[in-house]
Amino acid sequence: MSMHKIALLTLTLSGLTAGAAIAAESPKLGQPITEKDAAAWNQSIGPDGVGLPPGRGTVKRGAEVYAAKCEICHAAKGAGTPADRLVGGQGSLDSAQPIKTVGSYWPYATTLFDYVRRAMPLNEPQSLSAEEVYAVSAYVLNLNGVVNEKFIADAKSMPQVKMPNRDNFFVVYPGNLP
Amino acid sequence: MSGCIMETICSRGRGLRLAKQHDIEQVAGNGLLDRRLFLLRSSGLVSAVGAATGLAATSARAEPLTVAEWTKTPGSWFTPYGMPSHFEAKVARGAIPASPYGGFGPGSVRAPLQFLDGMITPNGLHFERSHNGVPDIDPEQHKLLIHGLVRQPLTFTREALLRYPMTSRISFVECAGNSGALYGANAAEGTAQSLHGLLSCAEWTGVPLSTLLDDAGIDPAAKWLVAEGADAASMSRSIPLAKAMDDAMVALFQNGEAVRPSNGYPMRLLVPGWQGNMNVKWLHRIKLVREPVMAKDETSRYSLLLKGGKAAMFKFQMDAKSVITKPSPGIGMRGPGLYEISGLAWSGNGKIAKVEVSADGGKSWAPAALSEPVLSKALTRFRIPWRWNGGPAVLQSRAIDDTGYVQPTREQQIAARGSRAQYHCNLITSWQVAESGEVKHVYA
Ligand code: HEC
Repeated sequence: MSMHKIALLTLTLSGLTAGAAIAAESPKLGQPITEKDAAAWNQSIGPDGVGLPPGRGTVKRGAEVYAAKCEICHAAKGAGTPADRLVGGQGSLDSAQPIKTVGSYWPYATTLFDYVRRAMPLNEPQSLSAEEVYAVSAYVLNLNGVVNEKFIADAKSMPQVKMPNRDNFFVVYPGNLP
Repeated sequence: MSGCIMETICSRGRGLRLAKQHDIEQVAGNGLLDRRLFLLRSSGLVSAVGAATGLAATSARAEPLTVAEWTKTPGSWFTPYGMPSHFEAKVARGAIPASPYGGFGPGSVRAPLQFLDGMITPNGLHFERSHNGVPDIDPEQHKLLIHGLVRQPLTFTREALLRYPMTSRISFVECAGNSGALYGANAAEGTAQSLHGLLSCAEWTGVPLSTLLDDAGIDPAAKWLVAEGADAASMSRSIPLAKAMDDAMVALFQNGEAVRPSNGYPMRLLVPGWQGNMNVKWLHRIKLVREPVMAKDETSRYSLLLKGGKAAMFKFQMDAKSVITKPSPGIGMRGPGLYEISGLAWSGNGKIAKVEVSADGGKSWAPAALSEPVLSKALTRFRIPWRWNGGPAVLQSRAIDDTGYVQPTREQQIAARGSRAQYHCNLITSWQVAESGEVKHVYA
């Protein structure tokens, strides 16, 4: 065995043992915190809706929020530009020019609440109240024809919304795609 | 010997001088030579090298030497943080995109692959992708929260993490949208940088994520985690717990210095070999959960729209891929002669086992030499000598990793996925070399 190979082998072996030692011996320097005290950061909302805050929002109220906070980038009625188009495109996914929007592509309505609350409006993220996020979510869903104009978005109704494209999504992991 | 320079050159009627090089093996069509040619001592081709590299005979005589000005005047004094020579100004993350929102919002800049050599991307040139700007995070105030399905939720300061035993690994990060233009109907004009530059490779040093999760105590019901950044996009992604326990890392250092702000300062997640977007920058929260959260960046984005309108989500691994960086568009040829073709190969599934290069648009292939070290989920530099006869050529490279996966041709990839998948494009790139020496991107 060449010196080079021996050196490499020693390196690899010591790397392995070091790795094993780390798992076993942690200095344990994390500071305990309660979920209650972590609540301000706990904003992830999955399809089951667990964690959705109290409050509710109508389509009508959502139209007001949208005009004031979203239209400047997403255009009237979510038509898009400069920022993403939010409305329409249903039936376009299998065409040469697919149009991916909340209505045509998104598999879960809860994602809309989760995303708008954390990241929108782009110039002022995390500035909307829960009521405003519910309302503007209801409005965008209604513009897409996913819910009617009487729809009220809240912790109960949002997880129940069936998005039109959901069944076209499939999970690759733990497999792979050709 | 499968072919010889003499045949190739003489049959094209180019210079009798080259006819002597009968013992240099041409190993594939249009002038590709044995990869050992440049490895003088270890190859049996030494005798041929003198003739092969006989540049003195082909180059014009050098000018007489004079003593340069910088040799006769004292140089500049020390600087606290070194910068590249100003003569290298073009080696940059070029083409800063315009922001329609007045200086913020989503965007990316790309690594200038065609100007770099070796396997490591310098920190100032590592590609950048972010969804609402680079935050200016005070490391003293930054915290990493681990919560959800754990025995005890914990927060970690950077200072605390710096006291943990560290590991290092060299790993590439590639945006899932890299090379997406190659799904398009027509060959996009561009360079290695503009077409493939959402790709970089660094040595990352930090704390194995498994150590921190063990500190918090993993509830057996946890199967996934949600990783979230502290930036103005609060970018979040779902990651299988199995990956977190396998080789994920909370990285604090990038090529020896603190992770750059554009790469997640003061800490980022590293999930080696998987979609760049999952390597969450400015990492401040990890929540253990039963099911994926279905974040915007794993449903609306970073999912593949396939034939029939089906959408593939959670396709995580960046499959084996390669690209020739030299020559490549903008880095052309200067007259016939001996050249080194060099490029990068990588796989999110393991090590690169082999890279093959073609100079005739995929009709014949020759194995390239791989520069050490060849590491799992890291960029691997490949090289092969090429005697360009000055005629037209189409250069291609294809990577094969240690799982046996072979980088697909364009036809194969489009047949499997259609042309609207947008992400995970890893098909073989073709560079066409014109007789002028200019190189451009084509579909071959
Ligand atoms: C200053 C411009 C701006 C404003 C104002 C704005 N957005 Fe956005 N929005 C963007 C940009 C840019 C993106 C794309 C972000 C990315 O690529 O990560 C986006 C993305 C989105 C998306 C995801 C689109 C998709 O298909 O992936 C939704 C939904 C959205 N915005 C809703 C809203 C709502 C609701 C408001 C108002 C409360 C709003 N936006 C206000 C610029 C803006």
